[in-house]
Amino acid sequence: MNPTNTSLSPWRRVWVRFKQSRRGYWSLIIFCVLFGISLLAEVVSNDKPLAVRYNGQIMFPIFQTYSEKVFGGDFDTPADYLDPFIQDQFQRDGNWAIYPLNRYRFDTLNYFAKSPNPSPPSADNWLGTDDRGRDVFARLLYGFRVSVLFGMALTILGVILGVVTGAIQGYFAGKVDLFFQRFMEIWGSMPELYLLIIFASIFEPSIGLLLILLSLFGWMGLSDYVRADFLRNRNLEYVQAARALGLSNGQIIWRHVLPNSLTPVVTFLPFRMSAAILALTSLDFLGLGVPPSTPSLGELLAQGKNNLDAWWIAVSTFIVLTMTLLLLTNIGDALRNALDVRRKA
Amino acid sequence: MSLLDVQNLRVAFGSSTVVNDVSFSIAPGEKFALVGESGSGKTVTSLSILRLNHDAQYGGRILFEGDDLLKRREAAMRSVRGKDVAMIFQEPMTALNPLFTIGNQIAEVLMLHEGISAKVAAQRAVELLDKTGIPEPARRALAYPHQLSGGQRQRAMIAMALACKPKLLIADEPTTALDVTIQVQILELLNQLQREENMAVLMITHDLNLVRHFADRVGVMEKGRLIETATTAGLFANPREAYTRKLLASHPQRAVDEVQASDKPLMSAERIRCTFSIKRGWFKKTPFLAVDSVDVQLRPHETLGIVGESGSGKSTLGMALLRLSSANVDGNISFAGQPISDMTSSDLRPMRAKMQVVFQDPFASLSPRRTIEQIVGEGLELHQPQLGRDGLRRTVAEGLAEVGLSPEMMSRYPHEFSGGQRQRIAIARALVLKPELILLDEPTSSLDVSVQQQVLLLLAELQRKYGIAYIFISHDLAVIRAMAHRVMVMKDGKVVESGKAEEVLSNPSQDYTKRLLAAATYSTLS
Repeated sequence: MNPTNTSLSPWRRVWVRFKQSRRGYWSLIIFCVLFGISLLAEVVSNDKPLAVRYNGQIMFPIFQTYSEKVFGGDFDTPADYLDPFIQDQFQRDGNWAIYPLNRYRFDTLNYFAKSPNPSPPSADNWLGTDDRGRDVFARLLYGFRVSVLFGMALTILGVILGVVTGAIQGYFAGKVDLFFQRFMEIWGSMPELYLLIIFASIFEPSIGLLLILLSLFGWMGLSDYVRADFLRNRNLEYVQAARALGLSNGQIIWRHVLPNSLTPVVTFLPFRMSAAILALTSLDFLGLGVPPSTPSLGELLAQGKNNLDAWWIAVSTFIVLTMTLLLLTNIGDALRNALDVRRKA
Repeated sequence: MSLLDVQNLRVAFGSSTVVNDVSFSIAPGEKFALVGESGSGKTVTSLSILRLNHDAQYGGRILFEGDDLLKRREAAMRSVRGKDVAMIFQEPMTALNPLFTIGNQIAEVLMLHEGISAKVAAQRAVELLDKTGIPEPARRALAYPHQLSGGQRQRAMIAMALACKPKLLIADEPTTALDVTIQVQILELLNQLQREENMAVLMITHDLNLVRHFADRVGVMEKGRLIETATTAGLFANPREAYTRKLLASHPQRAVDEVQASDKPLMSAERIRCTFSIKRGWFKKTPFLAVDSVDVQLRPHETLGIVGESGSGKSTLGMALLRLSSANVDGNISFAGQPISDMTSSDLRPMRAKMQVVFQDPFASLSPRRTIEQIVGEGLELHQPQLGRDGLRRTVAEGLAEVGLSPEMMSRYPHEFSGGQRQRIAIARALVLKPELILLDEPTSSLDVSVQQQVLLLLAELQRKYGIAYIFISHDLAVIRAMAHRVMVMKDGKVVESGKAEEVLSNPSQDYTKRLLAAATYSTLS
């Protein structure tokens, strides 16, 4: 123990320990990069050029919809930039077009495709197309983004609900705890999947609805851990000392008990997120999840199952899904080790 | 020939060497004590004899009856453990398996090492328990550890250790977790058994007073080295090393001034009763009376010492006086002229600045995720919001300087400080609010003796300077003797005796007080 003037807070020390686990650290970096790319999916994979110069005029089709007439077409419909005629127009003297890396959006239907759907991987469609002729790479990219964002939203909602309910039970204990626990037992015994199926037939399925339904049940696991930590911490002497200073219950919870009870929350974050992604994927696979217009990994898996000869659909989706879950599990493992105070930094 | 001969023992965990070049020997039937402050390596040394340290690298030799234990294979070590060398630990609750009866656990050792049948072993277990002076040994043998008192559990541990008539008994702070009167009983028992069986005892302790009355020879450890070995009489009469002299000198000394008789009491409480309700079954609750009709009077500048063994209600009383108790409290308490016993907790909040608490365990009383500045400044933020950011920082710095800490430490976190420093931080947290009363709940019990004296001196100086009144709760009579002006002796929730400190402590009128005093000095040990 050698105190220096610049001292590391406990959370900073956790970060230092986390970085020591190379697997977890690199998993985090790779995951962040992939997620960053997927956030920019419109720029990376789109059926509209980023910028074009046509007859001396510079235009940005990615932001604005232009009529086909603008580029010398016959109809006043949005330009289809995969149309060989339009592409020819940009080849002319003085005209140019900057295309995204992959020339398809998740819902782009290529009417000018050279091979029937589903088509195997080629120079045009790097990972082939699905049974409706949509580019698999584009669908994977957008689907990954939807999955991760959904996972994050569900995790955040679940954590907030879990921490709040756990804190209330743990801090006030006694009767509050007793009744809340009984409530949770009743609530937890509701058949989640049936409810989802019933709701999917009543309401139009949407991401928002799924988020609400899954959050209603997702908080319970975490709530128990937070409650246990609060029960332990509320009796420690620094909480007594805070009470002796005259702090109110809210202040004591917020400043003293909560920061010291967050270990299970942080440890479970990546695991909760991979569970959320998996939940969304399985619901989509079963057709109970997001509406068909939304790109989703589960829907791709279902297609892969229905088109076993189109191996590229199932294989590429499988790889993306496995990699995502593996990265999150690695991060979670490293985080758990970093939070284990018995390990020395 | 010596029974145990430790030669140049070196124990390292990874890159840090914890025990370095330690040599000592124990003759058959000898009582040898290793003393030292926490972190001096005395426990690691004793665990090395049985090779019970995890992931340790050993150097040197440990000869037991001429046979090097460090060279033995793990399987061969097992026949030594519990048979030739037995061990008892500080906390018998955690050292005994909670899922087996104690008779079962004693019999297990016998069956393992002597290969006797379960029936004979069970019988022997009862005999052993009888030998350790547990009343009704046949019934106790069927009891689980949680059904026994602390003293009885330690007796059961001793019975277990003695099961195979070991030649050497290692006792690692065997009485530290026990009440003083029980401590003496356990030491008497160890003494008697040692004589009867003629076994050697290696006693690990931090308590010099105990060593003086128990051991034949003493080794003093400091920072992993054995700096001095001598006969007990020789060491106390003629300590060679400066560190030993410092240890010997660091028993609490009278540190407070006498108080002038001022007529107005700061706090007075009448007929305080604290009851807890204990659940029995589903709907039934039985009340448990923790404090029974206690009157308290406290004047400014004065320290009231509350002494008692565990479960005597002294902490409950202290917390009740400050309205921090979770028990049902009856009785009238007035503080600084205001009746506080019926105030709501929000009305009480402004008064909190005037009455503060310092707890026993400095590792538990500081929130590990807040900086020292946040910890010390928290009360100021609440009670003196007019200070502003800079004023707050300045006041915190002053408070830290007051308790002998550098203001530069403000941005650090509690884990970077030693126990003594942490206790100073806890005192600073109470002090910055300029309280009139501080409740000190065993403030020095978890500190080493040399640090203990520093903290006591600091408390006395602060009292002199600011006229703070203390309620000083302790089980340690030496500390109470050093600090208190008036003393209350508590037993089972009742005040047994109270009065001026000198009178009660030098001339007790009650039997219980006399017993406590005798136990504290180990004067009954032969």
